[in-house]
Amino acid sequence: MNGRTASGGRIDRAQPLRFSFDGQWYEGFAGDTLASGLLANGVHLVGRSFKYHRPRGILAAGSEEPNALVTVRRDAARVTPNLRATQVELYDGLQAISQNRWPSLRRDFGRVNDLLAPFFPAGFYYKTFMWPKKAWHSLYEPVIRRAAGLGEAPTLADPDRYAQRYAHCDVLVVGAGPAGIAAALAAADSGARVMLCDEQPEFGGTLLGDDSAQIDGTAGLEWVARATATLRGNPRVTLLSRTTAFGYFPHNFIGLNERLTEHLAAPSPGRQRERLWQVRARAVVLATGAIERPLVFPGNDRPGIMLAGAAQTYLNRYGVRVGNRAVIVTAADAAYQAALDLHAAGVVIAAVADVRANPTGALPDAARRAGIDVLPSSTVLGTDGALRVSRISLGRVENGAVRSAPAFNCDVVLMSGGFTPSVHLFSQSRGKLAWNDALQSFVPGESAENERSAGACRGVFDLADVVADGTAAGAAASPEPSRPTRLVVQHTVRADAGFLGALPSTTPPPKHRAFVDWQHDVTTKDLALATREGFQSIEHVKRYTTTGMATDQGKTSNLNAMAIVAQKLDIPIPKVGLTMFRMPYTPVTFGSFAGISRGDLFDPLRITPTHEWAVAKGAVFENVGLWKRARYFPRPGEDMHAAVARECLAVRNACGIFDASTLGKIEVVGADAAEFMNRLYINNWTNLGVGRSRYGILCRDDGFIYDDGVVARTATDRFHVTTTTGGAPRVLAMMEDYRQTEWPELKVWLTSTTEQWAVIAVQGPQARAVLEPLIDIDISAATMPHMSVARGMICGVPMLLFRVSFSGELGFEVNVPADYGAAVWEAIHAAGQAHGMVEYGTEAMHVLRAEKGYIIVGQDTDGTVTPDDAGLTWAIGKTKSEFVGKRSLDRASMKAPNRKQIVGLRTRDPRLVLEEGAQIAAKAGQTPPMELIGHVTSSYASAVLGHSIALAVVAGGRARMGQTLYVPMPDGDLEVEVTSPVFYDPTGARING
Amino acid sequence: MLLIVCPYCGKRPEVEFTYGGQAHLVRPAKPAELDDQTWAEFLYMRANTKGIYAERWRHARGCGRFFNALRDTTTDHFIATYKSGEPQPQTGAAAGRPS
Repeated sequence: MNGRTASGGRIDRAQPLRFSFDGQWYEGFAGDTLASGLLANGVHLVGRSFKYHRPRGILAAGSEEPNALVTVRRDAARVTPNLRATQVELYDGLQAISQNRWPSLRRDFGRVNDLLAPFFPAGFYYKTFMWPKKAWHSLYEPVIRRAAGLGEAPTLADPDRYAQRYAHCDVLVVGAGPAGIAAALAAADSGARVMLCDEQPEFGGTLLGDDSAQIDGTAGLEWVARATATLRGNPRVTLLSRTTAFGYFPHNFIGLNERLTEHLAAPSPGRQRERLWQVRARAVVLATGAIERPLVFPGNDRPGIMLAGAAQTYLNRYGVRVGNRAVIVTAADAAYQAALDLHAAGVVIAAVADVRANPTGALPDAARRAGIDVLPSSTVLGTDGALRVSRISLGRVENGAVRSAPAFNCDVVLMSGGFTPSVHLFSQSRGKLAWNDALQSFVPGESAENERSAGACRGVFDLADVVADGTAAGAAASPEPSRPTRLVVQHTVRADAGFLGALPSTTPPPKHRAFVDWQHDVTTKDLALATREGFQSIEHVKRYTTTGMATDQGKTSNLNAMAIVAQKLDIPIPKVGLTMFRMPYTPVTFGSFAGISRGDLFDPLRITPTHEWAVAKGAVFENVGLWKRARYFPRPGEDMHAAVARECLAVRNACGIFDASTLGKIEVVGADAAEFMNRLYINNWTNLGVGRSRYGILCRDDGFIYDDGVVARTATDRFHVTTTTGGAPRVLAMMEDYRQTEWPELKVWLTSTTEQWAVIAVQGPQARAVLEPLIDIDISAATMPHMSVARGMICGVPMLLFRVSFSGELGFEVNVPADYGAAVWEAIHAAGQAHGMVEYGTEAMHVLRAEKGYIIVGQDTDGTVTPDDAGLTWAIGKTKSEFVGKRSLDRASMKAPNRKQIVGLRTRDPRLVLEEGAQIAAKAGQTPPMELIGHVTSSYASAVLGHSIALAVVAGGRARMGQTLYVPMPDGDLEVEVTSPVFYDPTGARING
Repeated sequence: MLLIVCPYCGKRPEVEFTYGGQAHLVRPAKPAELDDQTWAEFLYMRANTKGIYAERWRHARGCGRFFNALRDTTTDHFIATYKSGEPQPQTGAAAGRPS
């Protein structure tokens, strides 16, 4: 069966193409879509429906298509599911596969769902699969997910490149139909920078499917070609075809998805596949047109039943007769033009069944003159045909009653319920929609942005008005007002009103279901059930029945659904309200959104000056925020445990070298620097001498620890503040907040210096011996005691040297300009070899600090820990009347003895390392719900101590020293003893060595 | 993405800014003199305005300055932005479409 006409259409008959669908090869032409190619070969059955697995055909010719979802496969990695066959452009060798069927489209096992339909009413998953509760995850959900489905995601990584681009323009015009082109011409004429985009491969919109009008003295499509050439010749105009405006965001920020290679048989390797445009437009003109509405009648979903305008487009644009014998069911004049066009192309029009009582006017009269049988006051009682419609049973409405009328054999049924303005983008822009009673449609009301709608998308349907509306919108949107010439349009005037809701039917209602939402299989019965069960708000009806919630966003179904709900509730349609339209207008690939942000470019990477050195040493890295930090340096045969134990013992017994460059660093400078630090940190800073440092704690005003770090006073008016690795940005932001907004009178300036300094920690009994020969200042214990700071030179490089320790050993932190970091590191490392120095990573650093009971903010604290809870009351400046957090710390509840306090834990079994995060109970042998008094925050095997250690927060913990507590685990309680958090060298003799 | 007018730099995209919560809250000069209830009000209680709301923003990825803004929480439209320390502008007919 070949539906291709002998001539005509916008296909290139000199370029035949081969394509396959479900393994069967067909022939089409350049310019075809997959849908038109299939229809030319007589294929209507293209999919199985989402829920009932009903056979479905092609309903539409554009992006509103709900049924014809296919997977297009180029190779194993280039598999794109859920594409609308009406938008897939044919190329030679294209392979498409149908979805949601097994084993085949014609014999789908899932069609059993259709027979079981009485068990799947609206909201069935809320009712049917509730018990037993456990079965949901293991049984019901997986089975339902398999049965109700769309295409399958590709299993290989996408090998293609996706681009992203920002653009600015004076006027963005969305939609290149007659209104959009007229708007772009008018705006460009006034000198504006214009962008014009359209989702289709060529401009022209509705004119591509119906070229019966004359615009500006020439055929419509000739005018389109001329206008496009004019616009293309204007350097201030950007034309984008195959580009969907999918999202309208605040302040005229529009997302466009441009498809660059999808239509090519063999895209050149490396070419960008899609481009995501992020456009900031001064003004937007929406010329998004209107979508033909299906009619809701029993059995309206069989393959071969499609929109009248779609059939007309397939004929005029693609040279395809969608059938041989058609019955047209309509409530609008537009379908008569389709009838006339198809009739002229040799399709038998068995009848035009018009819902209206008295269809008159130019088009119905022309149809009658052509000898087409027009049946007024018609309705549809049912259809027949298993995989393709074969017969339609009509009814006739007389005095409000429905009587049966003749049935017709046919192979296509073409329907038109009128046109629904496409207000999706307008609604996304938060513009207010207004109900237009004459048009029986929602149309754009008050705009929320600098935006204008033009043409059919705002209910202007007559072509002459559409073009004039576009011209006016384009001129008004331009920054320089202009008076564009009015384009003369000659065409047949149509008086389209249309029909909403379900067509009248017999009582009791017929057996066949009448579908409202094709893609989600929502029927009139589902909507009626929802209203019967008490759902009144359209938002609730939508969620309960899932009408309009499929990937097509209810483009063909929303208005009919609302009208049916309004009728059931006996309220006017505008009272039902409209659900929110969401982006994207049509689905957009993840690749487009991700752009280049994948693989190595997924996130920025921060590396320290010694990174390359650590890589060469075979370090294992961990991610700390965006930083890559060396976690440990395994030697041949070592696992992490062995490497960390060796690194820890080396620091305790000789010395180790550690890259601490990731520490946040903030330079606080100014005459009031000390006062600023006093107000912010809990510590006292006025009595800190130049050349000394102190462990500082920063609380928020709620009294809880926010950050900590060593702070050095490097001059009377200068502090070098260090923060936690992850905390630097938020600490600087908090400092800036108080500096700028609370204490603007203070003379103080803040500068982030995190990346200016490389910080090389040299820790262990031999640290001084290693460093002494390399530096030009005296670092003896007498001259440079613990917590002192000095400037000097190391290896000829200026240095800020801290005598400081996060390991509990004699320790220094060598700060040098970051660019010298690697060289100085290597020099110290070389010098250290004679002293048994090893490089160590963050894991050993964590063990060493935990052995000393040093907390890590964010690990041992969680935003509910006060300085006292952490055992750090000693750090609070006793003489200070005020600092951030003090007032909160003075509240009685913040001093309650039973607050959770940081303590140490020792397991009864010394080899057992507790799980971090494990809960702690005072009583043994509890079953859930248990009484829990705290949790483990840090836990390690300590090589130097020969047993495991843990830090924990425990209610009233400091009063529980020596008590036995229990860590309940799946296999039973683990016994632990509460200890001091300082496990190693409690007197601090080593640190002062 | 919103466009926000930094009073120091001009119109910039939203991604350059961080949000700073309700504006014109003054931290008490002597918190120690407040009772618990008053202190808690300052710490935790914030307006949840439907309509025009005075709030703080920081041009964090620009000049780094904090400033104040009047934003209509129902439309996300900014009515005005102004420097910290300046009085809140009077609003009335000012609320409208962005240019």
